[in-house]
Amino acid sequence: MALRREDVFWAAHLAAIAIDEKEAETYVEDLGALVDAYEKLQAVDVEGVEPTRQAAFGTAPMRPDEVRPSLSPEEALANAPAREGTSLLVPRIIE
Amino acid sequence: MSLTDLTIRGLAEALARGETSSEEATRACLERIRTTDETLGAFLHVDEERALERARASDARRREGKALGPLDGIPVAIKDNISLRGMPTTCASKILEGYVPPFDATVVERLEEAGAVVLGKLNMDEFAMGSTTETSAFRVCRNPWDVNRSPGGSSGGAAAATAARQVFGALGTDTGGSIRQPASHCGVVGIKPTYGRCSRYGVVAYASSMDQVGTFGRTVEDAALLLQAIAGHDPRDATSLDEPVPDWVGALEGASLEGMRIGIPKELFVKGLDPEVESTVRAAIAQLVSAGAKVEEISLPHTEHATAVYYAIAPAEASSNLSRFDGIRYGLSVREGGMRDLYEKTRAAGFGTEVKRRILSGTYLLTKEHQPLFQRAQRIRTLIRRDFEEAFAKVDVIVSPVAPTAARRLGEAFESPVESYLADTLTLLCNLAGIPGMSVPCGFTSRGLPVGMQVLGRWKDEASILRLGAVYQRETDWHLQAPPEVA
Amino acid sequence: MARADWEAIIGLEVHAQLLTESKIFCGCSTAFGAPPNTQTCPVCLGLPGTLPVLNEKAVEYGVRVGLALNAKIRETSVFARKNYFYPDLPKGYQISQDDLPICYDGHLVIETAEGERKVGIIRAHLEEDAGKNVHDPAGGPSRVDLNRAGVPLMEIVSAPDIRSADEAVEYLKNLRSILVYLGVNDGNLEEGSMRCDANVSVRKKGETGYRTRVEIKNLNSFRFLKQAIEYEVDRQIRTWEEGGQVEPETRQFDAQAGVTRAMRAKSEAEDYRYFPEPDLPPLRVDEAFVAKVRESLPELPREKAARFQRDYQLSAYDASVLVADKEVADYYEGAVEAYGGSAKTVANWVINEVLRLIKESPEGIRATRAEPAKLAALLRLLDEGKINAPSAKTILEQVHQTGADPEEVMRQKGLEQVSDVALIEAAVEKVVAAHPKELETYRGGKKALFGFFMGQVMKELRGQGDPKVVQAALRKALDG
Repeated sequence: MALRREDVFWAAHLAAIAIDEKEAETYVEDLGALVDAYEKLQAVDVEGVEPTRQAAFGTAPMRPDEVRPSLSPEEALANAPAREGTSLLVPRIIE
Repeated sequence: MSLTDLTIRGLAEALARGETSSEEATRACLERIRTTDETLGAFLHVDEERALERARASDARRREGKALGPLDGIPVAIKDNISLRGMPTTCASKILEGYVPPFDATVVERLEEAGAVVLGKLNMDEFAMGSTTETSAFRVCRNPWDVNRSPGGSSGGAAAATAARQVFGALGTDTGGSIRQPASHCGVVGIKPTYGRCSRYGVVAYASSMDQVGTFGRTVEDAALLLQAIAGHDPRDATSLDEPVPDWVGALEGASLEGMRIGIPKELFVKGLDPEVESTVRAAIAQLVSAGAKVEEISLPHTEHATAVYYAIAPAEASSNLSRFDGIRYGLSVREGGMRDLYEKTRAAGFGTEVKRRILSGTYLLTKEHQPLFQRAQRIRTLIRRDFEEAFAKVDVIVSPVAPTAARRLGEAFESPVESYLADTLTLLCNLAGIPGMSVPCGFTSRGLPVGMQVLGRWKDEASILRLGAVYQRETDWHLQAPPEVA
Repeated sequence: MARADWEAIIGLEVHAQLLTESKIFCGCSTAFGAPPNTQTCPVCLGLPGTLPVLNEKAVEYGVRVGLALNAKIRETSVFARKNYFYPDLPKGYQISQDDLPICYDGHLVIETAEGERKVGIIRAHLEEDAGKNVHDPAGGPSRVDLNRAGVPLMEIVSAPDIRSADEAVEYLKNLRSILVYLGVNDGNLEEGSMRCDANVSVRKKGETGYRTRVEIKNLNSFRFLKQAIEYEVDRQIRTWEEGGQVEPETRQFDAQAGVTRAMRAKSEAEDYRYFPEPDLPPLRVDEAFVAKVRESLPELPREKAARFQRDYQLSAYDASVLVADKEVADYYEGAVEAYGGSAKTVANWVINEVLRLIKESPEGIRATRAEPAKLAALLRLLDEGKINAPSAKTILEQVHQTGADPEEVMRQKGLEQVSDVALIEAAVEKVVAAHPKELETYRGGKKALFGFFMGQVMKELRGQGDPKVVQAALRKALDG
């Protein structure tokens, strides 16, 4: 499972982070070391062991179906980089 | 001794006796910040006006006989990944520069309901990913004991501010050791409670299944006072422990270690530890024995895998948690080009290298082909939990060093791979298992750098580790030492 | 089917919004139509540090759907994150369910040309809806509204058991009906509270295994569903027959042109990196909970139709028409109760008249002002001989529009049936006298002219003659 340049670019694509060739080189090295570490985990006997899916013990608490006050649109959008009226603006989305 | 040398308990008593006021104490802290923080870099944001307003309100309450409790009027500060309405929360990242949350984290609400006076937000490693605070995008944070050294991380600012008497205590977060390790490096007490003990609502997520808010204080009691105020079930956090919080502080009075069984994990006392660190910690253990505790060697057989497991799970969860930083609703927004460019360029410009590294490795591990490996890591995590369950059948607490060395120089890498391995492993185990852990100052190196002792407890048993720490501090005075004056 | 030696393999994925008051993971209102971003909070906005907390009603509705679809309810189900980037997805992931959904292994029965068939339902799970992107036709920036982000959805996935576009429409109609009956969804395809995607592939008859399948997204009417599937099946068959390859892509239906087209952005491979949601412990739904939901299940369409056939002696067809819409079924039963007479009569009037009158209305049966009690009153007038059938229809139209009392309308319009023998005999006499030629032809043997005379007498009586009395009087006059 050696890490290749394409793996780094694919991960960057999935994570929506632009990276260039030079960066990709360093990540191949860094992540490569990690990947080697993961390899060692293959040797551990995990037969019949449940994965720790959630760290909390117990089951999902539920809340009653009651409407609570929302933020005002001003509060909700106070940090918005681009807005028009009470809408958020983003570059044109091509479907 | 000046006002700022008091402990929280000491200040609370002085306030109760009318010897000083919250406003006076707050001003004293603000003055210290003014004179020391240019060098120390512990704070990312200070709000004087707000702090003084709250201090005055506290004093007014006290005059009317309506003081809220031991934390009323005590100046504190908060790590910058914890939301406080009206103050920026940046996580020391460019991608959140200028973001001001419209709500308070539950732990902040509780702290302020107890009357504490929040002075500002503390420096940290970007998104809590790091162990030296050097990945902060904004400023360098220095260790008050030696300003050429790092305070540790990721809660470096919180540890430094507490040690330097800029505040009386602080809130931090710990995902892989980020409270305990800087506490050790700065000679203060740092507690990471049981997973779920403190609400994560309002705390910017790094690794959701490991993040916990914890406290810094100069004494065990101070750290416990803060923890007592913020802990407890929160209906806004579905992973929050739904159990009553014991009276930790009350139980410290007259505490004894008689009969307490201390486990010494053989896998954590290995080559790679700085000999001074090891001997200091062993001396502390001897001290505990003379205070009545019993010691025995235990084993945590899956220790060697802890680092790989942590570096599989934490970045995976982080890669998902950090997807929300996209330049649309808040934060940095690079608007050059189309929709895809917005995402890719914003995130490329906004995240530092370490954060990108972890997002990429986490993303990689969650892809279809590697899911089996991710699940394998989750299984080994279960085995690590079991190691602790088995150990705690024989002992009540586990003691080890917190870090293989004392604070390292800024910009310096690890001496060796095994040192780097130990630096992670010593603290990570606790987060993987979800058990509580604390660092208590237990001595100094020959260079005068603080060394901390790590105490781990059973799941939900903060009480035992606090008890051990309190007794230890009755018998020692490491925690009373102050760092040299900062120019 | 376009070509007899091929068969179509179709599966439908339906996303149905659940009619809870608040969102699935936060307390914001789910009400439709509010101004943009006025129903958001730190949680559904995806502000840093926020966490989801599950809405118990969403879980209850989810179990209702599962039970109504004859599915198994998983005692411990797990939420998972589906990771991808899109502006209407604030966290950059959707909280959904992956390998352990709350409902699985169900089925829904549809009527086909060959009789009843079970369409398997592989799974149904809970998840959160995304917000809305509004495009600018002029090409400027798009607008994002997060009011809808966090509204609870149930995703219902059928097995690829559907074999034609018509069956697909049947399935969707039945499913919609069930969801509306359960009170968990309003069935509004046009507005998007119910969304349907179709997975379509074809294979030669007798072939085992599946060929490449194509997903057609967002078919928001029964008509488009049918058209899109028919086109796509045809397209795929043609492609294979011409030796080409059907691409595993996602397509959209262009209603104007009547064709499906590949969607640009979504044709890239995607990896959603599903992993269990660390912020939500597993969802546990125990026996007691399921039992309680089961007890509270309303009567479903098939059951109601069976009951209508049994208790009201209706035909299977009539029963199915009446139960297709729950409000119509309730209307019908209200009228039956108010009338107290033949349930079959009521059925005829509802099906042939009332449904006709409301046919074009988007609000369905709510558009009529002829409430059940008024229909019943009208039918009683008929029974009492006060009006005849054509008059009744006229009166009904008026009542439907104005909500007036049927007897009032009868009087106002002077539609009382004429049963007075003397009046009728006078009319008959007048008509017979006016048509001597026809009388001669009739008496000469052309009995069919009786109908002509009936018509003339009715015209003389302005349509209000009691047909029985007119008939008797005419016979007397014509036959002697």
